[in-house]
Amino acid sequence: MHEFGITQEILTAVVNTSARVGATKVNKVRVTVGELTEVVPDSLQFAWEALTPCTIAEGAVLEVTQTPARSVCTECSTEFAHDRFDRRCTSCGSFMTSVLAGDELRIDDMDVDVAEADEEPGEG
Amino acid sequence: MEIDLSRPILDHNDRLAAANRARLETAGVFALDVLASPGAGKTTTILATIAALRDSLRIAVIEGDIASTVDADKVKAHGIPAVQINTGGACHLEADMVRRAYDALPLDSLDLVIIENVGNLVCPTEFDLGQGARVVVLSVPEGSDKPLKYPGIFAQTDAVLLNKVDTMHVFDFDEAEFTDSVRRLNGHAPIFRMSAKTGEGVAEWAEWLAERIKAAKPR
Repeated sequence: MHEFGITQEILTAVVNTSARVGATKVNKVRVTVGELTEVVPDSLQFAWEALTPCTIAEGAVLEVTQTPARSVCTECSTEFAHDRFDRRCTSCGSFMTSVLAGDELRIDDMDVDVAEADEEPGEG
Repeated sequence: MEIDLSRPILDHNDRLAAANRARLETAGVFALDVLASPGAGKTTTILATIAALRDSLRIAVIEGDIASTVDADKVKAHGIPAVQINTGGACHLEADMVRRAYDALPLDSLDLVIIENVGNLVCPTEFDLGQGARVVVLSVPEGSDKPLKYPGIFAQTDAVLLNKVDTMHVFDFDEAEFTDSVRRLNGHAPIFRMSAKTGEGVAEWAEWLAERIKAAKPR
């Protein structure tokens, strides 16, 4: 269950950013997980539900987007889509290929509520 | 309010791994991350590698296990400095654990640190430790279909050590299928057939590793 460690990293980023911008509530957090990573989206959700109570992110939706795999052949330069198990070039059959997409583990953005600014001194 | 973050989830680990890499580069030390399932023969392979290289390189070992000091004790019994990391339940090593282990090693008088990761072919995949090379040890009794079950780790390894080839006649291991499925995931990693127990093939693997270490040394 390395997803707990990964989710903890997401939560740390969310908590730190919330404190920095003065968020009162986190509504949604968006992350991208490539198809080629050993990270299971359902396990991320499970860990998110287990780790967020009693934090600013309690009740926030974790939206996980899975990106499909794409590679480029380093011999014939063909770009192609593939699955987790076969990265061979679909055009020339070479094994010398390089991943373009599908290996992401990224926090994209988050949606938060912030305190109204009307209590600031000097205003109104 | 929408806040753009656009950063790697494992940013913190990646930074610590980069710091580990820089620290070892300064000290002139090469780190090898060894990954395998429990029972594949990681410790025996490490001991065989040490035996092959100890006359030419100064070596230390970092042992990652959920609990116990069994593996570090085995290494120390051969007169090699070893640090045990107990992850306390965690299924993989992280860069910060390795950083603390480096604090306990005389890096300035070493050439090679072999890191034995926790026995697991899934969880360590995404965690960079700042190593110079990663190898996967797969043993014949585990079966030739393993690259299809753990594609991530086979795709990211720099070499594959096919261990326990002395038991090939007992098990139904399809070597052609194994080689083909590794190739489909990884066009770069050489596959070394070896038996850490009998010593078969160890010299070829050790020679490859010694070449990598030499190539990484600052000129």
